[in-house]
Amino acid sequence: MRQSRTLRLSLRALATVYLGLLVAVPVTMILVRALAPGLRTWWQWVTTPAAISALNLTLLIIAIVVPLNVVFGVITALALARGRFPGRAVLQTLVDLPFAVSPVVVGVAMIALWGTNGWFGWLPQHGIRVVYALPAMVLATSFVTMPFVVREVEPVLRELGTDQEQAAATLGASRFQVFSRITLPAIRWGLTYGVVLTISRALGEYGAVLLVSSNLPGVSQTLTLLVHGRFVDDHNVYGAYAASTVLMGLALVTLLVTTLLDHWKKQR
Amino acid sequence: MITVTDATKDWGDFRALDGVSLDVPSGSLTALLGPSGSGKSTLLRAIAGLETLDSGRIEIGGVDVTDVPPQRRGIGFVFQHYAAFRHMTVRDNVGFGLSIRKVAKPTIHSRVDELLELVGLGGLQDRYPAQLSGGQRQRMALARALAIQPEVMLLDEPFGALDAKVRAELRDWLRHLHDEVHVTTILVTHDQEEALDVADHIAVLNHGRLEQVGNPTDLYDHPANSFVMGFLGSVSRLGHTLVRPQHIELRKLAPGEEPVVTDWSAAKITERAVVERVTHLGFETRVELVTLPSGDRFTAALTRKNANELDLAVGDSVLATADRDTEHATFDDWSI
Repeated sequence: MRQSRTLRLSLRALATVYLGLLVAVPVTMILVRALAPGLRTWWQWVTTPAAISALNLTLLIIAIVVPLNVVFGVITALALARGRFPGRAVLQTLVDLPFAVSPVVVGVAMIALWGTNGWFGWLPQHGIRVVYALPAMVLATSFVTMPFVVREVEPVLRELGTDQEQAAATLGASRFQVFSRITLPAIRWGLTYGVVLTISRALGEYGAVLLVSSNLPGVSQTLTLLVHGRFVDDHNVYGAYAASTVLMGLALVTLLVTTLLDHWKKQR
Repeated sequence: MITVTDATKDWGDFRALDGVSLDVPSGSLTALLGPSGSGKSTLLRAIAGLETLDSGRIEIGGVDVTDVPPQRRGIGFVFQHYAAFRHMTVRDNVGFGLSIRKVAKPTIHSRVDELLELVGLGGLQDRYPAQLSGGQRQRMALARALAIQPEVMLLDEPFGALDAKVRAELRDWLRHLHDEVHVTTILVTHDQEEALDVADHIAVLNHGRLEQVGNPTDLYDHPANSFVMGFLGSVSRLGHTLVRPQHIELRKLAPGEEPVVTDWSAAKITERAVVERVTHLGFETRVELVTLPSGDRFTAALTRKNANELDLAVGDSVLATADRDTEHATFDDWSI
């Protein structure tokens, strides 16, 4: 289809303005506001005990959630792509559920299940705290990020088929060798993107985590909760800007790693 | 020697294998020939251990392998769509089976070089499968299967995904390779020409049953039934009898001539027909005809010389005859 020059240019301008207003301007705003008082002030606010604790907690949650989602995500993707069992359609729908359900609802549901009056409400009496502690924050984050690995890996598995795995088996490879030397290398890019999406989503998760966290600065606040806490509860607008830049920095690193991996993949 | 005894396999309501028993002699190149859905691939995959039989037994070299997993059957398997390990170089693909067997790296290295030389891929060690043509990929897959020195090579429509020219080349090449390596080989194909060309044994399957086993000449000249006859080579129906088109003799009738049939014995089939179309196909001439009273169509194949002598034109009346004796495969068919 041929487009006139004017149409082409105006479409480009429209896209640029839209993205600019929606993404670039707000992000720049934060950077400008955060860095305006100088790097020293900025550094002070991102290195307060509460901020460091929030950074550590965020990274800890990601460090637990990513391996969990990788292991269970790959198993689920294998079941969905290869399995022929009753209830597969139900499982398909279940995997998409976290996309459909509002994170706040997830938080409420978790409190209903693990809270004092829930089915597992007897656990705290035995010294196992789930809700308002790290386990619930991990569970909530896992829940909202669960579909990413499955949805990235499953189509790759379908496309891969079973020929290569069967060929490896006839060449003498055991089940484990087939998985580690054929299946895993074949799905590694899908898996990588799944992990990247999981990290990005985990960094920003707010609703579900807020409900199941005790939200104490320096103890149980993630970076996202810290930004919200400083901005809304403490009216510490500048502190919120500073903490936001750290979150943005982490997201930027994730994106950068993805781009580098992508570049490396294309060169192969 | 591979012995299959009474192999049966159902896919739900569909019976893929229905009591197939087959002996494959050591060192032979046997083709499993049949239309799609005839069970030929299922049989091959069962021999490989990639499918389990519902009942029946499979022996390879006198050992019952019915319950042995594919890893320990000593087989090499080649897939229609190559099943190349896409993330590995040609070298790593071919060396895969040896590295699983923990063979020392330098040994693998030299063995892979040897095999690639054998299959004509020398110098392509560091390529990835995506950088090879279809024919090259399939030769790589053959080298990969040969690397583990299998007792048996199993090829599942190995040339099915290739274009006609490459297919013919690889067919010749496989024949020569088999003469060199001499490993018992079973090849699945739906292409009768491929089976006749490559194999020294052919097993014809239809609807999960074994119709006939034998060498190509036997099957062509003495088919056990009309299915085998129709599947191996072309067939014309003269009256109610199936005959080979090249076994039909034509005699041109002069305008107004009443044919005088001299031989009314059951050993001779005679029909009056009109020429509908004459096609010259290089060395042979194909004549399409319509029998006069019934309007049935059939085809006769003449040698070029024969056709020139007859000098047939569209609309000519002819007398078509065929012999019914042990030299000429014929079957009565009253189905129409």
